[in-house]
Amino acid sequence: MNGPVILDRRSVLAGGGALIVSFSLRGAVAQEAKPQELKPQGPKLPGSLATSPYLDSWIRIDADGRITAFTGKAELGQGFRTAFQQIAAEQLDVPFDAIKVITADTKLTANEGYTSGSHSMQDSGTAILHAAAQVRALLMAEAARRFELPAENLRSENAAVIAPDGRRLGYGELVAADVLHVQAQPTSPLKDPQSFKVMGQPVPRVDIPAKVTGGAAYVQDMRLPGMVHARVVRPPSYGAELMEFDAAAVEKMPGVIRIVRDGNFLAVVAEKEFSAVKAMHALAAAAKWRESAKLPNQNDLPNVLTRLPSQDFAILSRSDPSVTGTRRLEATYTRPYQSHGSIGPSCAVAQFADGAMTVWTHTQGVYPDRQAIAEMLGMPQPSVRLIHVEGSGCYGHNGADDAAADAALIARALPGRPVRVQWMREQEHGWEPYGPAMVTKLSAALDEAGRIADWNFAVWSNTHSMRPGGAGSLLAAQHIAKPFAVPAPKPLPLPEGGGDRNAIPIYNFPNAHVMHHFIPAMPLRISAMRALGAYHNVFSLESFMDELAGLAGADPVEFRLKHLDDQRGRDVVEKAAQEFGWSRDRKAAQNRGQNLGYGFAFARYKNLAAYCAIASEVEVDRETGRARLVRAVAAVDAGQVVNPDGITNQIEGAIVQSTSWTLYESVAFDDTRITSIDWQTYPILRFNSVPDSIKVHIINRPGQPFLGSGETGQGPAAASVANAIAHATGKRLRNLPLSRKRIKDAIDA
Amino acid sequence: MITLKVNGQDHQVDADPDTPLLYVLRNDLELNAAKFGCGLGQCGSCTVIVDGQAVLSCVTPLLLLEGKQVTTLEGLGTVAAPAPIQRAFMEEQAAQCGYCIAGMMMRAQALLMRNSKPTDAQIRAELEPNLCRCGTHMRILRAVHRAARLMDTADAAGDRSIR
Ligand code: FES
Ligand code: FES
Repeated sequence: MNGPVILDRRSVLAGGGALIVSFSLRGAVAQEAKPQELKPQGPKLPGSLATSPYLDSWIRIDADGRITAFTGKAELGQGFRTAFQQIAAEQLDVPFDAIKVITADTKLTANEGYTSGSHSMQDSGTAILHAAAQVRALLMAEAARRFELPAENLRSENAAVIAPDGRRLGYGELVAADVLHVQAQPTSPLKDPQSFKVMGQPVPRVDIPAKVTGGAAYVQDMRLPGMVHARVVRPPSYGAELMEFDAAAVEKMPGVIRIVRDGNFLAVVAEKEFSAVKAMHALAAAAKWRESAKLPNQNDLPNVLTRLPSQDFAILSRSDPSVTGTRRLEATYTRPYQSHGSIGPSCAVAQFADGAMTVWTHTQGVYPDRQAIAEMLGMPQPSVRLIHVEGSGCYGHNGADDAAADAALIARALPGRPVRVQWMREQEHGWEPYGPAMVTKLSAALDEAGRIADWNFAVWSNTHSMRPGGAGSLLAAQHIAKPFAVPAPKPLPLPEGGGDRNAIPIYNFPNAHVMHHFIPAMPLRISAMRALGAYHNVFSLESFMDELAGLAGADPVEFRLKHLDDQRGRDVVEKAAQEFGWSRDRKAAQNRGQNLGYGFAFARYKNLAAYCAIASEVEVDRETGRARLVRAVAAVDAGQVVNPDGITNQIEGAIVQSTSWTLYESVAFDDTRITSIDWQTYPILRFNSVPDSIKVHIINRPGQPFLGSGETGQGPAAASVANAIAHATGKRLRNLPLSRKRIKDAIDA
Repeated sequence: MITLKVNGQDHQVDADPDTPLLYVLRNDLELNAAKFGCGLGQCGSCTVIVDGQAVLSCVTPLLLLEGKQVTTLEGLGTVAAPAPIQRAFMEEQAAQCGYCIAGMMMRAQALLMRNSKPTDAQIRAELEPNLCRCGTHMRILRAVHRAARLMDTADAAGDRSIR
C-alpha cells in the first residue's frame, strides 16, 4: 500500500515559522537518515549527537523566545523529562520553566532507537547537555557580532545576552540567522559544575502534578473525537489456530461496530468500551482453537534449558599459572521466567486517515516500532507516524509494541476513526514477552591467603531482546493469515551484553574464565526486562562471593574490597557499609538470634554504567519461611548528578521491585498454556512486605559523564537480600524466587 | 438513564446497569484518575470513594450506585488548589510512572477521613489491596503520613473545608 508521506520535522519547521526555516529547506537532513550518512569526520560526538549531529535536532529557539528541547527517548516514569529540562536550562542559562521538552515522536525528534539499558542520560542527556552548551555559545557569538564586542565581554542570563553597557538581546532575537542548524562540535563550552543552579538540584518532576490530580497523563487517557474502542481476542496459547468463531451473534450485540479477523488475529470494535469488553468475552467464549502442547516442564526448567542447543562464547579468559587455589567451591543458580507485570495493561490509539497511519503508543522505541508496523501493514515508513505517550511503567519490553500493532491493524479496517485498544489483565500477563529464565554455574578456588585464585562462571540464557526491528516481533504480525516469521534471536554484543550482561566479574581475579551459552530456542515468548541478564548474573556472582567469603572466614564486605581495585566501586561499597553500620550491626545481629540477617552486594551495571552497593537487613520467620526486607541502605555513583531525587526514586524503586522478583515471582505454565495470568496467580510484593526504611546515598561526581542509574539496583538488591537470608538461616538458597516454601524447606532440611 | 452523583454533581448516565463504574467515570464522564489495572478487583488502581468507603470501581456495577456519592481524585482538588493528600504526594514526589497513584491516594483519603492520625501499621494495612509495580511504596507511605499532618494543621486552623 502506498500512502502520502507524513511530513518530517524539517518540512514542518519550514512551514511552522520557526527561525530555523531557511536552513531547514536545504532538505539534506531527514531525521531518519542513516547514522553513517550523518556522521561527521573526526572525533566521535558526545552521546546521541554521534547519530543526530545537528544542534537544532535537540534545541529549538523560536523568534518569540520559546525554547524547546527534543529527545528521541521516551519518558517511562523515570522522570528524565525533568532531568533533560534541567540540563538544557542550566547550559542555556534560562529558567527551568522556560523550556518545553518534546519526547519521542517520529515526526519531531531524533531517532534514538530504544529507551532502554539505562542509556537515556548517557545518550540523550549528554546530547542535550552539549547541544545546549554549544547553542549558548553560538548565541553569544551572534550577539558579539551584533554588539561589535568580543564574546568574552558578554554574559548570558535569563534567556538573553547582555553587554557590559547594558544592551541586551533576547535569544529569540538572536536566532534569526542560520545559527542553530549546524553540526555539533566534539567538545563544548560546558559550564563549571560549581556554578550550577538547576543541575544537581532535586527539582520536582514536571509530570507529577497532573498525575496526582486526574489530569490526562497516559495514552490510556486519550479521547480523540470519534474514537472507538477495540478489544483483541488472543489465542489461548502460543501457536493456537483459530478454527471457528461466531461472528453473527457478536455483530448483533449492541454497540458492536465490526469484527476484525485476519488469520489467528481476532478483534472486535465497539462504540463504547464496555460493549467491546462484553463482545470480546462473547467472541472468546464461542471461538474454537486448535492448540498443541509445546511448553517445557516447568519443574525441570534448568535442565531443559541447559540441554537445549547453544552457541558458546568464551567471553573472558584470564590466566596466571603462578597462582593456584586449594579450597574449591561450586554452585548452580537458577532464575525462572518473570513478568514485567505493568500495573496498567498495554494500550494504544491508532488512526488511519488519508492513507497515513498515526499511532499513539507507550513503546520504548518509536522509530523501530514504526519500522515494524509499517512492514506489517505493507506501508512505506514515512506514511506511518508513531508518537510516544506515557503508559504505565514498563521495566523493559512489555506489551506496548504489540498493542500499538493491534491498534494499527484494527484502525486500518476502519479508516478515519481513531481506535483505542486496551489489553486486558490476562492478556498482559499471558502474552507479554517475559524476562528469560537463566542458569549459572560457578566454581572458584581460594589460595592459602584466602583470596580467590581461580574463578569460573558459565551462564545459559536466551537472548534478552526480541524488540521490533522487523514486523515478526509483533504478536499481531505473527497471528495474521500471512504471518511474519519471528526473527532469529541474536545475542546482544558485549561490552553491554544480554544474557552475559555483568557475567564478567568487576573483581580482580588472577585466573578467570567466563562462558556464555547462548540458547537460540525460545520455549516461552521473551524479551528485555529491566537489567537483562545482569539481574541473575549479579545475583549469582554476588551470592557466590558471599559463599566464598564464608569459606575464607572473611567478612563479606572486606572480602569484596580485597578483590576490588576500581576506586569508585570501593567508594560505594565503603559508603553503603558505613551508612548501614555494617560491621557493628552485623555482629549485633548474630547476637540477637537467628531471625535477622544482614546481606551485602555490589555491582557496576554493565561494568560501565552506574555503581551500586546495597546492604540489607532481612527478617525470616522460621515457622513459615516468610522473609521480609526490613531495611536497606544503598550507595550509588551515577557520575554527574542531574536530579538527586530522581536517582533516589529510581534506586528505592529498584530495591523494592527486585525484592519482589527475588522473593515471589515466577511465570507459571502447563504443557500448553501460561497459567499465571493475573495478580492472584502471579503474586508480587504488597504493602505488608514493604521495608521499614530504604536509604539511598548518592556520591556525586561533578563534571563526570552521566551514568544511567535506572537498572543498576536490580542485581545488587537481589543478591543483598539473598545473602541476608543465608545469614539469617544459615542456609544458602540458589534458585529464584527465594520463596517462603523454599526457605522453609531449607530451614527444615 | 441512571442518575449518578460524582464529585458533588448529578450526571445522567446512559449506560447498561451492569457497566462497571470505572468505565462510566473514564468514558462517559471523561475523568482520568481512576485507572484500569486489572478489571478483576485485584490491584486497586481503579479505587474511588463511595459514601466514604474506598471502593474498587472496576467491579462495582452502575446499578449499585443510585443515590450514592461517588468521589474521585478530581473531586478532591486541582493543581492550583490541591487537597492535602494531593499536596502531600507532590511534596514527597510520590510517583514513578504514577499509574497506581490515584488509587493509592483515594484509599488513603478514605482512611484519613475516618482516622485522622493513623499509625504506620494502620496505613500499611489499609493500602494492602493496592499494588504498585514501580516500587514507590516508601514514598507513598511518607506521603500519607504527610497528608495526615497537613490535614491536622488545617483542622487546627479551623479549616475543615479542605479535608
Ligand atoms: S482495576 Fe480495579 S482492582 Fe484492578
Ligand atoms: S508508580 Fe508506577 S505502578 Fe506505582
